Amino acid sequence: MAILAGAPPAIVPVVFERSPGYWATVWRKLRRDKVAMAAGFVVLLLVLLAVFGSYITPADPFKASMLSRLKPIGTAGYPLGSDELGRDMLSRLMMGARLSLFMGITPVLAAFFLGSAIGILAGYAGGAVNTAIMRTIDVFYAFPSVLLAIALSGALGAGITNSLISLTVVFIPLIARVAESATVQVRGREFVEAARASGASAFTIVRVHVLGNVLGPIFVYSTSLIAVSMILASGLSFLGLGVKPPQPEWGLMLNTLRTAIYTQPWIAALPGVMIFITSISFNVLSDGLRSAMDVKQ
Amino acid sequence: MFASLARRIVYTLPIMAGVALVCFLLVHLAPGDPLVSVLPPDASEDLRQQLIKLYGFDRSLPEQFLSWVWRALHGDLGTSIASGRPVAAEVYKAVGNTLMLAAVATLIGFFFGSLFGFVAGYFSGSWVDRVASLLSIVGVSVPHYWLGMVLVIIFAAQLNWLPATGAGPGGSTDWHWNWEHVQYLILPAVAKSVVPMGIIARTVRALVAEMLAQEFVVGLRAKGLTDYGVFRHIVKNVAPTALAVMGLQLGYLLGGSILIETVFAFPGTGFLLNSAIFQRDLPLLQGTILVLAMFFVLLNLVVDLVQGTLDPRISRA
Repeated sequence: MAILAGAPPAIVPVVFERSPGYWATVWRKLRRDKVAMAAGFVVLLLVLLAVFGSYITPADPFKASMLSRLKPIGTAGYPLGSDELGRDMLSRLMMGARLSLFMGITPVLAAFFLGSAIGILAGYAGGAVNTAIMRTIDVFYAFPSVLLAIALSGALGAGITNSLISLTVVFIPLIARVAESATVQVRGREFVEAARASGASAFTIVRVHVLGNVLGPIFVYSTSLIAVSMILASGLSFLGLGVKPPQPEWGLMLNTLRTAIYTQPWIAALPGVMIFITSISFNVLSDGLRSAMDVKQ
Repeated sequence: MFASLARRIVYTLPIMAGVALVCFLLVHLAPGDPLVSVLPPDASEDLRQQLIKLYGFDRSLPEQFLSWVWRALHGDLGTSIASGRPVAAEVYKAVGNTLMLAAVATLIGFFFGSLFGFVAGYFSGSWVDRVASLLSIVGVSVPHYWLGMVLVIIFAAQLNWLPATGAGPGGSTDWHWNWEHVQYLILPAVAKSVVPMGIIARTVRALVAEMLAQEFVVGLRAKGLTDYGVFRHIVKNVAPTALAVMGLQLGYLLGGSILIETVFAFPGTGFLLNSAIFQRDLPLLQGTILVLAMFFVLLNLVVDLVQGTLDPRISRA
């Protein structure tokens, strides 16, 4: 037996380069998108304002004064003027972030969970269950969203809860449709078949294989609805169907300040600027997410 | 061709039935007594019973639904509780105004949306693209009712160029296509046009950019076709989708005009809905929503059919 010359070959440990995860890749792409990052920063500021705004207002947003009604922008003590009841506009705009964002984001969040559940159930179950669910969804989809939102909250009556319910009902069909078509696509893939062949239960397949593949597209689509929801929610309050006075909410503030468009027009327009900034930031951020996550529309 | 037409129409019928059911159930979703706005608080029980019978609230729900649908099919949408006038007549008058406003707004939106979308897609990646894309994202993000207010502030309150509210010097009656009347349409139509402008611009931009990257365009160029010739090919490919989006946007504007009509006190369906909601006039609310929703369903059908005719590849799919 020949003795092998030299040292035995060293065992070279194979170093597996851990590939960055999906979300890390998305984050890296998103960070390079300067416009989306700027929009994300604005969204972050708005969220901070919504949470902490009420603690840092320069004046009491509810304190009315008949003597200081509709003071112009830049008056001492009223940096952004005062509203039709003499309340400090800056404080009310800051405080308004809380209800406005809450009213805009909550329905999308609720519809994200409910719509995904309904859509995934319909997509995975297929057959008669799919037909029953999706034809019902089609009926709600057949209403223009503004009309459905106003019809529902008009019938239910004004109030925060009723507006939230109406808007959630408006968004569920939209999200369920996206969830259903994504699920149907995933269900036909080989790995689902393989999982089923290896004896995985339907629950496991949905939890592991379906959810992992459909949540991304549903999430991106849902973020694009936040801007719509912000505009619709403040629109309901603008009509007097949402938040009730004296609560500060941007849509409601636009409504009560309408009487001032001939006397202090730029103060009357201010709450709309806030709604606009919020919705455009969410839209830009959502567009950035869409291209970072490489989701096709 | 005929089979696909028939299939689409048959597919629409159950949706229409569902839409009618949702509109009908809205009334029963509403909390409180539907007669609250007609009856004085001290009305006798006898009078109450009479009115309940008159409006048919004493019968079972399916019975009420069927008779409501039956009468709606015959053009009778009931009687407005608040005004005592037939709902159908009120809605008919308002739909005309809203349709006019929505059509003008859609055309403005389509014109500028296609223009921006084409330019952005054609010069994809350049500063022109960035400006056009910015305009389109502003269009979909701006709260249009606030834009309406800002337009009133600038052009009516400050400059005094255009009227702030209403739909003509003589109210809503007696419309003519002259400056006296059309000036009332400009501000609300512009405010309404931004959303379709943004959406059409985004759609067209994506389509044009996608077309330009395709091999047939390279082929056409290699054949020596001029820019204008290539442009014609692209328009032909983009037009069916752009027109379909335009049709759907018209439907959204029709259904979603309540905010703008409230800002401009424009006597359309949105204004009607507003008063129906706040006077708790449920037959009027039900009837207006039914007409608008049915319009939207039919418009979807028409868009589908027209798109299939313009681009046969779609109906074969």
